Formats: sequence, structure tokens, C-alpha cells
Amino acid sequence: MKEKFTTLVSTGVPLPIENIDTDQIIPARFLKATTREGFGDNLFRDWRYDSAQNPMADFALNQSRYSGKILVAGKNFGCGSSREHAAWAIYDYGFRVVVSSFFADIFKNNALNNGLLPVVVSDSFLRSLLETLERELNTSITVNLQDQKIKFNDREEWFEINAYKKTCLTNGYDDIDYLLSLRNEIKEYDLSHA
Amino acid sequence: MSNRPKTIFEKIWDAHVVKRAEGYPDALFIDRHFIHEVTSPQAFDGLRKRNLPVFNIQRTTATADHNVPTKDQHLPIKEALSRHQVETLRKNCAEFGVELYDLGHPYQGIVHIIGPELGLTLPGMTIVCGDSHTSTHGAFGNIAFGIGTSEVEQVLATQCILQYKPKTMRIEINGQLGKGVVSKDIILYIISKISASGATGYFVEYAGDTIRKLSMEARMTICNMSIEMGARGGLIAPDETTFTYIKGRKFAPIGAAFDEAVAKWKKLATDEGAKYDVVLTFDAADIAPMITYGTNPGMGIKVTDRIPTPAELKEISAQASFTKSLEYMDLQPGAPLLGKPIDYVFIGSCTNARIEDLRLVAGMVKGKKKAEGVEVWVIPGSRQVEAQARQEGLDKIFEQAGFELRSPGCSACLGMNEDKVPPGKYCISTSNRNFEGRQGPKSRTFLASPLSAAAAAITGKVTDVRELM
Ligand code: SF4
Repeated sequence: MKEKFTTLVSTGVPLPIENIDTDQIIPARFLKATTREGFGDNLFRDWRYDSAQNPMADFALNQSRYSGKILVAGKNFGCGSSREHAAWAIYDYGFRVVVSSFFADIFKNNALNNGLLPVVVSDSFLRSLLETLERELNTSITVNLQDQKIKFNDREEWFEINAYKKTCLTNGYDDIDYLLSLRNEIKEYDLSHA
Repeated sequence: MSNRPKTIFEKIWDAHVVKRAEGYPDALFIDRHFIHEVTSPQAFDGLRKRNLPVFNIQRTTATADHNVPTKDQHLPIKEALSRHQVETLRKNCAEFGVELYDLGHPYQGIVHIIGPELGLTLPGMTIVCGDSHTSTHGAFGNIAFGIGTSEVEQVLATQCILQYKPKTMRIEINGQLGKGVVSKDIILYIISKISASGATGYFVEYAGDTIRKLSMEARMTICNMSIEMGARGGLIAPDETTFTYIKGRKFAPIGAAFDEAVAKWKKLATDEGAKYDVVLTFDAADIAPMITYGTNPGMGIKVTDRIPTPAELKEISAQASFTKSLEYMDLQPGAPLLGKPIDYVFIGSCTNARIEDLRLVAGMVKGKKKAEGVEVWVIPGSRQVEAQARQEGLDKIFEQAGFELRSPGCSACLGMNEDKVPPGKYCISTSNRNFEGRQGPKSRTFLASPLSAAAAAITGKVTDVRELM
């Protein structure tokens, strides 16, 4: 069972960059752990720290004025590798929602499989949210999974999420539970297609 | 089932649906599951926690590739965490009974290179691996795609995966390729046209007479990079080229079983009149030797073109990311790339480390020497590729040219093992990703074909390979 997701009210961290790939989210040299925990320390490692391991002041995650459980990022977030470590790192760091106008496929799946909700919004909603977050710190964002709505100030938008994945997130289910219930049918298929 | 004409993708998908239930994604049966050391440990842990065996070990094959050193492979891996990951794979495979082609095994190599060369990758299959370049296998006419670790666990436990059917895209390329243009240029060209996210949500079928004339190796290079335009995967309908390649491979069907299989595989091709969600057409004559200048594979140009300026971008919103990217690369908008000095040349990765790639490079450098100050690594994709290269005497050609032929692995494709490009250095690379830090922290990557990489090794700068031909 995973943590259940219903409604999240939080401030957000803006990252107005497009095509943020999984090698930025968690560089390959940090993929060597054999458990799922602890990846948050290395989230956006090479953007957060310089080569002497000092925090880079201009990166959003290092700025105390930004905080919250919602990461707001530019288009095509999560492109690149299939490493689920990217979703683990974002979750482990403390984010529960990523907002963007476009997500790469595998990342989206990985996020959903780990209780991290990818919220796809329109380009104009995204632009306005990014601008607002930079201007009005402490802007509160509400993500309501049941109604599939995201809201800040007086702007609200409906977002799409697959009905099955929604059920899984709301109840903390895993895909594997359903697949295990099909074991006999799968066995049969396997035998007839050897 | 109706007699509605179907694409090859639909035929394979529909044949593998074990269960389609209202409100659920399809439960798709997986014929072949490849695993490696990086994305599998947490999945095996999951099995252990649930007290489950691997569903069908016959359908599961493991190798070690991402973490492995390409020098002194017979010695224990020096870096403790890499060693631990490879040892964990060993332990997991032994405990669950999964076949492992470990370091030193004659079949070891990059997971997407060994599947095809062992005849484990066949037409009509569904294939997954916890690695996005699983799309490589699609060159044989199958549905192959990368998955995350939770999904690796699902497949280990149930031999199935829950998936929604993606949309389909047909990319057709017709006509004659120009001098110096190889399959890597075709795919870099397509990605530069449709962008790094242009095929997200789609499964791509490559077709057209240009594709038909390509070897299996060349087709694999194209399918390999499908993911770099966001596609779930890419495939090419099997034909005589495919069947000839498969025949006689270690795990391929033999004798009557092979003939039977071929008869079945021939029926896979897309039916006349089948519909795709999107169809794109390109003319092979428009393609030239390509190179990337930025930090995603969509940022590519013809090697003779200049880098675009922010004002030339189609989308205004992309300007900030574009500028950031050029800053990282320390390149000027509007400048040419031709003649730009380079420091490293990497010939390797699951995109371009097959025997044909090595032959191309050897053909280009035979009797020549690399430029002073340039470091050149040639990393074969597998033990078998390495053995073949040595047998053909390519190692001698490389040695005379000052190139270093090493042992197989992912190497400098990703900064996870010992082979890293140092900060600030420029590397012309035959791999698939030019992301920031991909080849090592602060490294700068130009993606290109093996031919173009070989040419750059000789001149020490970004070169139009046609001038050396
Ligand atoms: S060679 Fe590169 S892209 Fe291919 S599997 Fe290895 S790391 Fe991934």
C-alpha cells in the first residue's frame, strides 16, 4: 500500500526550464543505491551544488523564499531515461505534485506508480502560475484529485488523469495487486505461447 | 476480431492482451524481459517482500553493463557502489534462477546489443527492460519499450504489465541517401525536425524504401533513438534482411521451427489501408551528416549549418532554455560548428557499438592517425562484437590510428562508470544523449554518426565527413 492522495494545499517551487531530463533530476552517478530511499539528497544535484559542493544561490531549491510540496516546471518534464530514481528523488525530497504543460511518458508512469501526481496544465496556466510564484511568494496552490482541479488565486483549471490511475492514487493501490489477481489467466497464456 | 486492416503495432499488441477489463489498462503479456544492475535491485526486493518467485525465468535474461569498467574487466570493480550494484545483480540472479551474462562471459555486453545478437530478440514479440533504449529491439518488428523499476517488479512477478495502448505514428523515409550519410544521421535529422517531445504518446513505425535498404544494425540505430523524440518505442516491419540476420543465432529457432516462424513473421507487416494517428514523410535526399549543438537530441543541425539564434526558434517560450543550453555548451548563437576543436571522441553505446559501426570507423581511419591531443575511445557493445572486431583485424587499424579499443559496456554514454568526459571538455559522441552532465559532470557532448566521429578524431575538430571521402 502506498500513501493515499486526496487533496493537497501547498505553496510551490518554480522551475521555469523546458525539457528537464532525468539526468538533471538525478544524475547517473547517484543511481547506485540498491534501495528506494535517500535519493532526495541528490535531486537536481548538479544544479543545486557547484563542483566544490557549495549550494548555488540562484537555483530555486536553494532559495529559502521558495518552499512547498508542489514543483512547477517547464514543458516536457522528465524526458530521457526510464530511471524510476527520478520519481523517487522528487518524492523523497518532499514533493507530492509536479505541475507542467507536458510530461514525458515513462516519467509520468513512474511518478504515478510512486504516489507522485503529475498535473498537466495548459501553457497559459503554467506561465501564469510560474510568474505568480516568482512574484507573490506564499501563493497557495490547491490540487484536488477527486475533482481533478488545480487552483491558485482566482485561476482554476481541470486536469486530466486516467481513471484507473486516479483510483490507484486515491486508494494507495499498486498495479501489481491487480496483475497478481490474474495469475491463472497469465499462466494459461504463457503455456499456450511457449 | 474484425477484418479491419491493422498496423503491425496493433497486431502484436492485440495478440498479447491477456485481459482487457473495463476501467483497467490492458494486461499485456511480455515475451522477453531483459534486466541489468541499475534498475533491478529494488524490483527483486519487492519480490522478496511479497514472497514471490520470478514468473518465468526462461523469459528473463540479465547482464551487467551500466557500471562496468571498460579496462581490466577481469579485476574486481574498484568503485565500491558500482561493485555493490553488480554483486547485488549476481546475488539476485542466483537466488531467483535468472540467467546472467556476467562480466567476462562471452555473451556479456550492453543489454540492447546482446538481445539481438543472441537471437533472443525476435519479430512479433513484446519486449521490456528497465531502460529507455529498449526501443532498439523494435528494429526486428516487435513491441519493445523501456519501463520503470516498479514495472520491472510487475513483469518479474507476473510476466505482464498494465498499459494503455499508445497512439501510432508512421514515419516514412524514401529516396537515396547522400554521400557520408548513415542511419544515425537519419534519426538525428528526424528528431531535429519534430523535437525532443514530438512523438510523445506515440509508438512509431519507420517505413519507406530508404529504411528497407538499411542493414539490421542501421535499423537498430534508428529504433534506438525513438525515445529521444519522446516515443514509447519504434519498430520496423521484418523482411528478408531481418530473417537473414536472425538465422543461425544462438537462441533463434532452427530448422523447421525457423521456417514456420518466418511464415508467421511475414504476416506481421501492416495491412494495406491500416490507419495511423499521424503520418510523417521525409525525403532521404534532404538529409546530410548531422551534429547536435545543444543539450537535448532535438537540438541538431546539418554539420555545415550554423547554430540557430533564439529569434529563429518556433516557440518563444523555448528561448530561456535555449540560451541556458548554449551557455552550458559555451557556444554562440548563429555561429558555425564546423572547425570547432574537440577533446574527446567516444565511439560506443547501444546506438552505435555494433560490428558494422566499428567497421565503418575502421574504414574511415585506416592508414590515418588521430589528431594530436584528442583522446579516442572505441568501446564495443558486447564481447561478441569485440571478438569479431579482433578477428577482422580492426583492433590493429584502431591501434595504428591511436584509438583505444576497450572492453564492452555502456562506458562514456552515461557518467556512471569510470569513463567520464572531464568538465568543460568537448566530446563528439556516437551515443544518444547530449544532456547536461550525461557524459560526466559539466561535460559537453556533440552527438554524431560513427563516420563523423571518426572524421573528427582524425582532424581534431568538427568535420564534414564528406571532405575526407
Ligand atoms: S549504452 Fe547508454 S543508452 Fe544504451 S543502455 Fe547503456 S547507458 Fe543506456
